[in-house]
Amino acid sequence: MKCEFADSLLQGYFDGELNDRRAAEFERHLAHCDRCATELVDLDWLSGRLQLTPIYESAPASLRRTINTHLHPIARTRTASQPLFWQWLAAAAALLFIAFILWKVSPELRSDDYRAELADEIVDAHLRSLQTGHMTEIASNDERVVKGWFDAKLTFSLPVRDFAASGFALNGGRLDVVEGRTVAVLVYEHNRRPINVFVWPTREPDTSPHTGSRQGFQWVDWRQDKREICVVSDTSRDDLQQLNRLMSE
Amino acid sequence: MSELELEDRERFEQLVLPYVDAAFNLARWLLRGRADAEDVAQEALLRACRFFRGFHGGDARAWLLQIVRNTCYTWLEKNRSMELSTEFNEEIHLQDCATPETLAIASDDRARLTHALETLPPRFREVLVLRELEGCSYKEIAAITSLPIGTVMSSLSRARRELHSALANPAQKGAVREV
Repeated sequence: MKCEFADSLLQGYFDGELNDRRAAEFERHLAHCDRCATELVDLDWLSGRLQLTPIYESAPASLRRTINTHLHPIARTRTASQPLFWQWLAAAAALLFIAFILWKVSPELRSDDYRAELADEIVDAHLRSLQTGHMTEIASNDERVVKGWFDAKLTFSLPVRDFAASGFALNGGRLDVVEGRTVAVLVYEHNRRPINVFVWPTREPDTSPHTGSRQGFQWVDWRQDKREICVVSDTSRDDLQQLNRLMSE
Repeated sequence: MSELELEDRERFEQLVLPYVDAAFNLARWLLRGRADAEDVAQEALLRACRFFRGFHGGDARAWLLQIVRNTCYTWLEKNRSMELSTEFNEEIHLQDCATPETLAIASDDRARLTHALETLPPRFREVLVLRELEGCSYKEIAAITSLPIGTVMSSLSRARRELHSALANPAQKGAVREV
């Protein structure tokens, strides 16, 4: 096998893209070709430099905001048509019906508004932490160390648990500000993606988890034992629900 | 601008938005600048939004990056068509980048690598970015670039060789520039 022919095989071999038969064929060639052996080392060096040097550029927050505004327009324009009498009548009936529903379910609706606003703030805080690279003020996977750090700063008790055995490794914690109050943030890592867990005290009764997504981030929020907990990340919703179950146990 | 129905919007947020970084990063390297990249990535994302009903599952990242790439090339053709026709970018690059400042900071690792990557023609740059930074498989790169897999392999091979020699012999290139 001449090296010119081996060249694309070399790339495929290096990138793990050859099937077993061709990989074996290339390895036979490699055994007596110094040039290809040297090139493999060069490829490895180059790949290492590309991956270790921080040249990946993440999207600016303004881009995410623009897309988000596009997806959630504040005011929608509708083309108005000439309404007929019965349409007015239907609209009036609908209004009455809506008023009735609002009266019946307003507590839940208010809670949805609350969650939407909260989700915005939490996702913003999550984005800030990703952009500044400032995820943790206390970086440790030791539950007691992290708990001790929080206990000295918080007015409420915060359980700190590492779920590394279930794939959610504790990375540490920090304090953040959400809706004008200081909140505790536990930072976990799952499949190399960071997960922020925001926790603050509440007087409200316990709730089951609510989920949602904003700007490509998933969140799960629930109240338990006089604490409100909101988990946010760009991992899948299932992952966050699993973390919710682990934390609720 | 057409709006997505609620259900599609949620699906778009779940499937496509996780790749906003990937979209921006590819645009940044194809266009060699953050400001242009933001404009073009935005255009591509809005286009993805518009065409989302035509996306019937599959690899959302490859689907989005294909749109980003096409939008980038359209932009380059309109604004810097020279770059697409030139095999090697050294001259173009010298005009806008080789100020004394850039040469001075070229000793910095990151700046050197950035400079070396940016001197490669866009077609080499894109396969490197997709393979090394984005971790795409050959099949995914072929889907994104609409190139046959054989061409993906040979482009990668050329691109790596060019980049390697640019990094291994920076002094020689610097010397030529000084003259």
